[in-house]
Amino acid sequence: MKKDFLLAIFDCEEKLLHSAEKARDKKVNMYDVYTPFPVHGLDDAMGIKRSILPYITFVAGAFGLTLALGFQIWTSAFDWPTIIGGKPFISIPAFIPITFELTVLFAAHTTVLSFLVINKLYPGKKPVIMHDEQTCNKFIIAIEKENANVEDLTAMFKEQGAIEVKVQNVDMNP
Amino acid sequence: MSDAHVSQLRQPLITEDRTYKQISEDILDTLEEKPSKGWLLGFTISAIVLTIGFFTVAYQVGTGIGTWGLNKTIGWSWDITNFVFWVGIGHAGTLISAVLLIFRQRWRTAINRAAEAMTIFAVACAGIFPLIHAGRPWLLYWVFPYPNTRGDLWVNFRSPLLWDVFAISTYLTVSLVFWYMGLLPDLASVRDRTKSVIRKTIYGILSFGWNGSNRTWHHWEVMSLVLAGLATPLVLSVHTIVSMDFATSVIPGWHTTIFPPYFVAGAIFSGFAMVLTLLIITRKVLKWEHFITLGHIEAMCKVITTTGMIVGLAYGTEFFIAWYSGNEYERYCFVNRATGPYWWAYWSMITCNVLSPQFFWFKKLRTSIPFVFFISIVVNIGMWFERFVIITTSLHRDFLPSSWAMYSPTWVEIWTFIGTFGLFFTLFFIFIRVLPGIAVAEVKSVYKFARKH
Repeated sequence: MKKDFLLAIFDCEEKLLHSAEKARDKKVNMYDVYTPFPVHGLDDAMGIKRSILPYITFVAGAFGLTLALGFQIWTSAFDWPTIIGGKPFISIPAFIPITFELTVLFAAHTTVLSFLVINKLYPGKKPVIMHDEQTCNKFIIAIEKENANVEDLTAMFKEQGAIEVKVQNVDMNP
Repeated sequence: MSDAHVSQLRQPLITEDRTYKQISEDILDTLEEKPSKGWLLGFTISAIVLTIGFFTVAYQVGTGIGTWGLNKTIGWSWDITNFVFWVGIGHAGTLISAVLLIFRQRWRTAINRAAEAMTIFAVACAGIFPLIHAGRPWLLYWVFPYPNTRGDLWVNFRSPLLWDVFAISTYLTVSLVFWYMGLLPDLASVRDRTKSVIRKTIYGILSFGWNGSNRTWHHWEVMSLVLAGLATPLVLSVHTIVSMDFATSVIPGWHTTIFPPYFVAGAIFSGFAMVLTLLIITRKVLKWEHFITLGHIEAMCKVITTTGMIVGLAYGTEFFIAWYSGNEYERYCFVNRATGPYWWAYWSMITCNVLSPQFFWFKKLRTSIPFVFFISIVVNIGMWFERFVIITTSLHRDFLPSSWAMYSPTWVEIWTFIGTFGLFFTLFFIFIRVLPGIAVAEVKSVYKFARKH
């Protein structure tokens, strides 16, 4: 599938940020912005909602905690009760280290997997490339051509210091 | 990002003027060039040492751990010393990548990648020792609780050694994914700039289709913060649990509540020393002096002095409590450490760990690269001795004088330990050739720090 995009290409993050804010004020729907490193303030300018990841982390961590504690109690007190070191069968303090480790293990790996799934990243995926230096030194605002006033926006981006503004046909499934 | 709130009195983190493209070139060109003579020499030596280590391990697995110098009194010595030594070294990587991220210490960006790589390699080296000590390493999966044919008997969840299994495996895997997620943007950068088809394919697969989309960056930053928040207590828990291998026993010299913070401080202390050892050479060989600056080295020296003093305080506290406890076995154990047959190990430890970091109070000394390099090695020797002193001197004179014994390592133990250095440096040499040794994207994001524009 190919799609037409209006691309505004910048060579510094301040100009990009101002342009993105201007575009937001014009109620332009930005498809995405591509930057070599995270630019702070851009999330607001693009109107990105807060990431859901911390909630996933919490749920996964809670699951890991419950699983670890439940499993240790079940094996030590119900499935095969054994007296060790004179401790009670349900000796919670001795179970805490493993409970903590499994909480972290589940929370961390679930967060990473969710990150990959949410952003559809996987080994061998072909990247959607707007500009061949977008991971090096170019900052690019991409707007879908069909819902953009091309002339108006081109003038605005040029005024904001874009080094190039163009309409490009981009392969979305490379 | 603009740093309007940063005082102009601060030194820029990257000391030379560069464009973003030049930053990419400075760091990533290494991956495209032919290896230098120095690299080839270093890699060859490390690989030879690794090979000798490999055959030594094969020999002791085939023959049994009777090839070690252990005896009935001293049942733990070099193996666990080396295990704790390597795990401890790993901790600095996590501290730099996670704790300094939470504290918004932006100077970490130039050193976090290499330090995290060091963490992973050090933990891999550490894992070798319990693996061999298991005697039959092919049965090591028995440490995991799974339904089995041994009468449903479960592993002992109250044993610190089992806690170690969970702590180390969590630590290794979490460090690995944290590191790899940080690598994604830079791998994409390599993919996009290389002219070689083979490299483009390999880095294309490895970079997971990263394209610098801000929607992805948004999640990426949240994920980094979440992982840092998880890794911070994790790294503290790992060395706490390692210290509990000793502290939960009833051996004089081991049975103390001071161990967890004492071990964690020691781990950070030795880890930062190893980061310095590695990065002082790396920055010189790869000409990264404007990324890994004197400021970075100074900052790390300050961490070493601080943690060195915590360690020194712990040594003093141990001695005081041994006397104050009124327990004659505890008292004897500590007097024996300082004046017994292993006095030289104890005083090497004190010299290297308590005295040597004090030189860093002087700016002249902590900004002198050769001197810092020297002390970084001294500190690691000292931290190795610390573990040896704690482990061996607490065991060698136990409750019955008739079973008192001495320990000395056999060639097998010595070469296994040297072999792990071979593994560590071989992995580091490969890392520096095939992966971006500095986090390019993160360095770009702090480039304008304290810089007038």
